[in-house]
Amino acid sequence: MLYAVLIYDDEEAIGALPKAEFDRLIANHEGVQEKLAADGKLGPVARLMPTTAATTLRQGGETVLLDGPFAETKEQLLGFYIVDCASLEEATEAAGQIGRACNARALEIRPVQLYHPGIGLK
Amino acid sequence: MLYAILCYHDEAKVDAWTREEDEAVLAKRALVTDELEAAGRLGPSMRLMSTPSATSVRSGTEPMVIDGPFAETKEQLLGLYVVDCASQADAVEIARRLGRDETGGFEIRPLKLYKPGAIKA
Amino acid sequence: MTEIGWIGAALTGARPRALGALLRYFRDLDTAEEAFQEACLRALRLWPVKGPPRDPAAWLVMVGRNAALDQVRRQSKTERFTDDAEFEDSEDPEAALVEGLDGAHYQDDVLRLLFICCHPDLPATQQIALALRIVSGLTVREIARAFLVGERAMEQRITRAKRRIAEGDLPFGTPSQDERDQRLAAVAAMVYLLFNEGYAASGGDAHIRLPLCEEAIRLARLLLRLFPADPEIMGLLALLLLQHSRALARLDADGTIVLLEDQDRALWDRAMIAEGLVLIDKAVRHRRRGPYQLQAATAALHARAARPEDTDWAEIGQLYAALERLQPSPVITLNRAVAVAKVDGPEAALALIEPLAEPLAGYFHFFGVRGALLSQLGRTDEARQAFDRAIALAHTPAEAAHIRQHLDRLMKNGRPT
Repeated sequence: MLYAVLIYDDEEAIGALPKAEFDRLIANHEGVQEKLAADGKLGPVARLMPTTAATTLRQGGETVLLDGPFAETKEQLLGFYIVDCASLEEATEAAGQIGRACNARALEIRPVQLYHPGIGLK
Repeated sequence: MLYAILCYHDEAKVDAWTREEDEAVLAKRALVTDELEAAGRLGPSMRLMSTPSATSVRSGTEPMVIDGPFAETKEQLLGLYVVDCASQADAVEIARRLGRDETGGFEIRPLKLYKPGAIKA
Repeated sequence: MTEIGWIGAALTGARPRALGALLRYFRDLDTAEEAFQEACLRALRLWPVKGPPRDPAAWLVMVGRNAALDQVRRQSKTERFTDDAEFEDSEDPEAALVEGLDGAHYQDDVLRLLFICCHPDLPATQQIALALRIVSGLTVREIARAFLVGERAMEQRITRAKRRIAEGDLPFGTPSQDERDQRLAAVAAMVYLLFNEGYAASGGDAHIRLPLCEEAIRLARLLLRLFPADPEIMGLLALLLLQHSRALARLDADGTIVLLEDQDRALWDRAMIAEGLVLIDKAVRHRRRGPYQLQAATAALHARAARPEDTDWAEIGQLYAALERLQPSPVITLNRAVAVAKVDGPEAALALIEPLAEPLAGYFHFFGVRGALLSQLGRTDEARQAFDRAIALAHTPAEAAHIRQHLDRLMKNGRPT
């Protein structure tokens, strides 16, 4: 079963991290990715730009285009992993590794209902 | 540039769709994604199960495991597309077509980093 | 990440919001700063044990406010009626406060905090120093180092600037839309100055002072988060990101300036460029062009060119012309002349900058550009004079060294064989 592991954190705090510290988090992530890949569990991984780069399209009645993220939350969706795991327990374990890598404020593990790989974008 | 098109919908409404309605939405969206795929611009896309299926972990000295989604919002993140677009306007246009005649919304967020991984659907 | 590393980042990230709210509450900068300081001390004590609060800024406001009120009570010898541990334990007051501190409040609070640093009586460098101290929370020592002055001198400067602010009327009412726009423009200009202070230092050895640039980017991001639909703030952040993306390529190993066309473009930070381009894209949608957007668009044309010869100089010339119409200034004309030289040749560019000789008589770059144009035309003696003048006006050794390279080249080419 595929699970999406959604990473949430406070953009402002992340932005205030010293560069060395931030680089270390990225290196930690790469370590986790290597391990998951070796186990054949690693699907697409993405890091999103800050919410200041987002545009939102709201529909229903009139369609409006807004600057900024869809949901105004204290922590923002900063990225995600798609992992292939046999059980929720295994997915939680994978999420734990991801969480320890970056000390993210919160992770959400959500089963994927439908998955379409698309073409191999680089 | 790669963009994530994040789909937000009121899951109560989506879960209440009849099978026909659900299929109609998927068919409408497939028109757009087929075209993108043929043009070599479609990365992975997925539909997430609704939020009661989620498990969240909040960090702290003792990590807290919560059943349910992390963010309590009126509309929920229910899916996403990774697409290759020339501009933000282009990505917005795709979102507009994907969501034609729907309620809810899309957040169009450029990707800073993308790794395709190696799993099969 | 270490626990303390995370807490430090969370405190810095929450600082503008928390301090802005405390300032609104106490209407006195010193009291607000002390309250914030006290709240940070408690955070460092409590967060490692209890984990981070749901909303760090709201937590800091609540704890800081209570600590300051406590202090007042102690001074008036009244008994305290709350126990620290009690209110710090309770989740409810925080929730109530979060309700009271909605986005709109934070928007005006943070803007006010930045705006008071832009007091018109304060010279630009003092505005910047004050913002770094108050909003960014840099220590006096860090600021002094960035400005290459002694710590005591900087301390005095900041103290004087703060007194100046305290003497004036602090703008505590809810601003009208016009006032808000004016404040935002003043603050944006200050953030831009801060970036430039880091980008092209006005003195001293360190030509690029990266931390100042990074801090400016952080503040621009903060502004955009508070005013997400303002195209000029998008333009400002885009401009800073695009300029900063070249930081690693701008100086060689010896610290000499490397001109744009000679830079190793592989050293440009692609992630920053990508984000800058996205922001320009977003701004265009609003169809309200302004100076920051135009400058960002110019920077974007450089960023988009894979090789120097791919640069769209004609478009850059047009962007500078648009900027000139919006904001006439000899420096902008000088920049346009560089584009004109690429498209129409050095003669046309020289004619364009001739009238600038007087207004830019003390401007390093004017003589650098003039010297380069003259040497392209083979007017070696005049070129040498211009370069000599540029060296005399250089602010940093890197600037002077760069012009000396020009002179060396001139000597080599001009020498009879």
